Parts: sequence; C-alpha cells; structure tokens
Amino acid sequence: MSTSAYLEDVNAATQRKDEPRWLRELRARGAAHFARVGFPTTRDEDWKYTSAAPIAELDVRAIQEPGGEVIAAQLEPYTFGQSDWTTLVFVNGRYDSELSTGGAPAAGVRVLPLGEAREEMPEVVEGLLGSICTVEQSAFVALNAALHSDGAVIHLARDAYAAQPIHLLFVSDALSAKGASHPRILIVAEPNAKATVIESYVALGEATYLTNSVTEISLGDGATIAHYKIQRESPRAYHVATVDARQGRDSHFVSFSFATGAALSRTNIWTVLGGEGCGATLNGLYMADGEQHVDHQTRIEHQKESCYSREVYRGVLDGTAHGVFNGKVYVHPEAQKTDGKQENHTLLLSPRAVIDTKPQLEIFADDVKCTHGATVGRIDATSLFYMKSRGVGAGRARQLLTYAFAADVLEQIELEPLRTGLEELTLARFTGGDR
Amino acid sequence: MLEIKDLRATVSDKEILKGITLSVNAGEVHAVMGPNGSGKSTLAQVLAGHPAYTVTGGSVTFDGENLLEMDPEVRAQKGVFLAFQYPVEIPGVSNAYFLRTAYNEIRKARGEEEVDPMDFLEVMEKKLELVDMSDAMLNRSVNTGFSGGEKKRNEILQMAVLEPKLAILDETDSGLDIDALRVVANGVNALRRPDRSTIVVTHYQRLLNYIVPDFVHVLAGGRIVKSGGKELALELEAKGYDWVTGATGAAA
Repeated sequence: MSTSAYLEDVNAATQRKDEPRWLRELRARGAAHFARVGFPTTRDEDWKYTSAAPIAELDVRAIQEPGGEVIAAQLEPYTFGQSDWTTLVFVNGRYDSELSTGGAPAAGVRVLPLGEAREEMPEVVEGLLGSICTVEQSAFVALNAALHSDGAVIHLARDAYAAQPIHLLFVSDALSAKGASHPRILIVAEPNAKATVIESYVALGEATYLTNSVTEISLGDGATIAHYKIQRESPRAYHVATVDARQGRDSHFVSFSFATGAALSRTNIWTVLGGEGCGATLNGLYMADGEQHVDHQTRIEHQKESCYSREVYRGVLDGTAHGVFNGKVYVHPEAQKTDGKQENHTLLLSPRAVIDTKPQLEIFADDVKCTHGATVGRIDATSLFYMKSRGVGAGRARQLLTYAFAADVLEQIELEPLRTGLEELTLARFTGGDR
Repeated sequence: MLEIKDLRATVSDKEILKGITLSVNAGEVHAVMGPNGSGKSTLAQVLAGHPAYTVTGGSVTFDGENLLEMDPEVRAQKGVFLAFQYPVEIPGVSNAYFLRTAYNEIRKARGEEEVDPMDFLEVMEKKLELVDMSDAMLNRSVNTGFSGGEKKRNEILQMAVLEPKLAILDETDSGLDIDALRVVANGVNALRRPDRSTIVVTHYQRLLNYIVPDFVHVLAGGRIVKSGGKELALELEAKGYDWVTGATGAAA
C-alpha cells in the first residue's frame, strides 16, 4: 500500500510555523494518529465491505493554493434556484469570496470561511474544532486534522434563528485533478438556536480527486440543526465524509445524506444523544450504477433517558454497483425509555448489483423500544403488471416504480426547494428528465 | 369484438380455465357470474395478460388480432381495460402523474399527440365528476391509503380517462356499500356506447340492478355451464349457484 504521498503532505503540514499553537497541536495529533494506524483495511470491522486501498494507492496531493476556473453561471444547477440563501462557495477545496453570496442570514448568526473564523471567533474555533470529532475516531479524521486548510464555521448565538438556509457548496473542476482537499466544518448552535445547513459536493467535469471532509456539529440544549449533505462528486472521484454531532438536552438533529456521485464514497454520520429528551432523525438516499461503490455508516449513541431516533435509508443500485449500509444504534445502560427505529431498503435493478446491509443494535438498557428492518428487492411484479395493464410500457413502468421507491424517502425532507430539486434530479436519473 | 375459443389456463400447474368459449360483440354488456373458485377472476386476468397465468390452449382474438400474443401494455393500448378486484398501491407516484403517463402512452401508441399537463387537467375535471371524486385525490399516491370504495372509484376513473373499447370489471362491486356501488355503476353506464363492450365479473346479482347486462354466463369449475339473458341473474339470486353447478357436478 502506498501512503507515501499522504505522509509527505502530513509531514509538510506539521512543519508550518505560522499557525496558532492549538492548530499546530491538532495537526500533530492527527499526523501521529495517521502515522500509527495508516489507512484501514477490510480486516477492520467498520471497513469490512469497503476497501480503502484505492484511496491509499491514489497519487493525490493536498491542494495548497486557491485555484479553479469556475464562473457563477456554472453553479446554477447546484443552488436549487435559491439566490437568497447564504452560500459559501469553495472551489477545489478553497474558499472563493467572489462566487459566494449572501451575508449573515440573521441576527446572532455568523457564517465564515475557516480562515476568517479563526481570526474573528477564536474562542469558538479553538475551543471546539477537533473536540467533537477527535483524531482517534478514524484514519480519515486524523488525516483531515493534519491536512485541513479550508472550510467553514457557523455559529448561532443563544436563541438565534437562521430563517434562510446556509449552503456550503464545494465545487471541483478539472484543476482538482490529482488533488486532495480536506474540508473542515464546524457548526455550533448555542441553546435554543435553529438553522438549516446544506453541504454540497459537486463536480464540473470528471477529474480524479479526493475529498475527505469532517463536519463537527454541537447542539446546545433545545437547539435544532437540520443538516443536508448532497454528494454529487465526479464519477472518478473519491469521497470520504464524517459528520459528527453532539446533542444537548431537548435538542434535535435532522440529517439527510443524498449520494449519487464518486467512484467510491464513504459517508459516516454519527450523533451522540447526550441529554434527556433529544431526537435524531437520520435519513438518506443512495443511487449508484456502473462500478460505483457507495457506503453509509451511521452511529446513533443514546446516552440519556427519553430520547428518540428515527432512521430511513433507501438505495437504488444498478450495473455492478456495490452499496453498503451499516446502522449502529448504541443504547447506554442509563438511556431508559429510548425509542429507536431504523430501516434500510435497497432496490437492485441489476442481478450484478450488490448491497451489504447491517443493522447493529447494542442495547444495554432494559426499558427501551428499538426496532430495525432491512429489505433488499427487485421491482414488484404486481405493481409492474398494474402499470402495464394501463398501457404504460415495461421500460417506462420500471422507471416510474424505481423513482417512486427512491422518492419515498425524499418526502422526509422538510426544506421544500431542496426536496423538489432532489426529486427532479432523481426523476431525471430514472426517466431521462421528462416530468 | 372479442372471440374466446376453448380457452384453457393454469396457475402453478393447476388448471383453472378448462375450455371457455365466449363471444362479445360491440356495444354488448356481458355478466360473468359464478361461485368462488369458479375461474371468473382468472378469466379477467388472463384477458388482461397477467403473467402469473399460463394459457395452455384455445384462442382469444380482439378486433381480429391474437390477443394472447400481446404484452399487457399492448392490450391496453389496443383498448382492453381491466378494473382490478384488488387495485395495487403505488407509493410515490401521484394519481395525476400516473394517469397522464398512461393516457399519453396510449395516445402515443395510436399515433396521436401527447397532451400537456394543463390540457390533461381539463380532461380530468369532467371525469372526476363522473365518479364523484375530488381534485385532492389526484395528488395522492396511486391507491395508497385509499379506502376500499376509493380504490374502486379510482379504477373507474382510470377507465373513464382511458376510454377502453373493452372494459372488464373484476368484482368491482365487492366490498362496496350501496352508495359507492351506485357511483361506480353510474360511471360505467355513462361510458356505454355502441362501439364499446363491457364484461362484468361478479359474484352477486346486486351490481346487475345498476349495470343491466345483455347476456349472463355462469362459470363453474372453469367452464361456462349456463348462458342466458338478464333474467338468468335474477334466477341465480333466487335459487343459488347449486342450481346450475349442482346440475353439472362441477362445483369448485
């Protein structure tokens, strides 16, 4: 396994003298952990069905300088028709102030690129960055800690309410080829604050590159964060993302992961329900064809009493695509009255598509209600006949039924323009765009 | 219009239809009655092309063409419509979108122009009235969460929109209260024309008070054991199926 390119970058990053001490320490911790564990292998339980070898063997170097040839008009397909959202645009991993639009969405809400945030709110960044998602979590988190150079910080003061969504749009164009970016995002909601954040990863062109993002989310008591992650990377790209949330009492975390891009993608969504009365809703939709590999790992940790978690992931796999879903729910002994529900449904359109699905419930409290269910199937013959009996040709009927299967989970998205946008994308994928 | 000759069909190697012969001319309404397990629903499904059934003998022609060789969608495009006994729920596809897709696919197959969503809405307005349904039903997923009566009305709505030459109603009356039954029957009657035919498959005579048939056939043990006019249905109601099936010893 050749990790030398990564190690060279890591060594260079830890030599930087111009950064504050806490950041140099974070990089050093990340570098040390990565050097110690290296990339995971399929012998690691969490990587049993996804080989990180193609990433380890990639000859990509951390993108140091801003660069790219993206113009505003090219971003239109990715903004869901919403010009009034606060949108931070990153080209090949670096913040682009000219393409970014909208100011602070509301009083008490600060949205800044990482560099500016370090200057303007050092107490938030220094205090929390790397404390929620620690380098020991995984080699990729460690790599991000060592190498991250850009990203965003969103801070919501107590009771602040961002009425308009905040969109972090990461675009990779042809100049990203052979590059690696390690976006770092920190979202801090003080008590009773509320916001919707969209994190998009899109590509202009078909370059080979690596995105390795880490998003840390801190929810104070009574806070609500809706986090939508849209992964539409280049078909030759590699995408690893970790979203890690910590929830205070009575807080609500809503997550949706939409994944259609990349040759190989791995999305970790983790949350710790760390106070009584919290709720977490983790939903997702993955669609892959050709030789794509798409992996979702979710981890919901119930630490306290009377919390609920809801999870629905759906997938549609064609060609020789390989899907992986692992849903871990961990209920601590003191988390009585936990109410958890998990579902994973995958539609296989081709006999050679594969899904590895694993619900993993570890329950150490005795007064809980936890259910899970997984289905893997093909298009329902009865529904198909019903449609055909109305004159709809077999091909078209299959398209519609496939769309319907996928759209079922999109209905969960509360943000209307996003839901409509993703429905249209999904419909176009299966019907060639006609609506 | 429809010529069925000595039709035989099996499901999972079990013979259900054991030689059915029936001809339906344009403008006629035929009722097919029979006890449970007589094969009357199988006949309806075989005519629509349900893949679970295998035709093992006989022939069916529709307007002179071999119906049995056609895929289900081609049969529908040629004008055959089956109102399902158990309409299928399709979560995620709206009623309006489904209907417009079907409508346009049929038009396309006939070499006609497709209609856009606005024009289609106009077509729908009149048809909705016919079956006493509200616009709101159009935005709901096909049959999903519909009551039994709503599902049956939705079948008749589809029929009204697609305007088939041959409509086959498979126990459309089952599970309906008398008001819903009337709505369904009115819908069917409104579509009657000299160039359209209907086959009403039913267990009970009740529906035939509202949709008056020209001919009544009694099916038992996979065969037609008796045929007659509309008075046969009344006689069956009074005497029970044993009266005909007992005579042949073919009760199933």
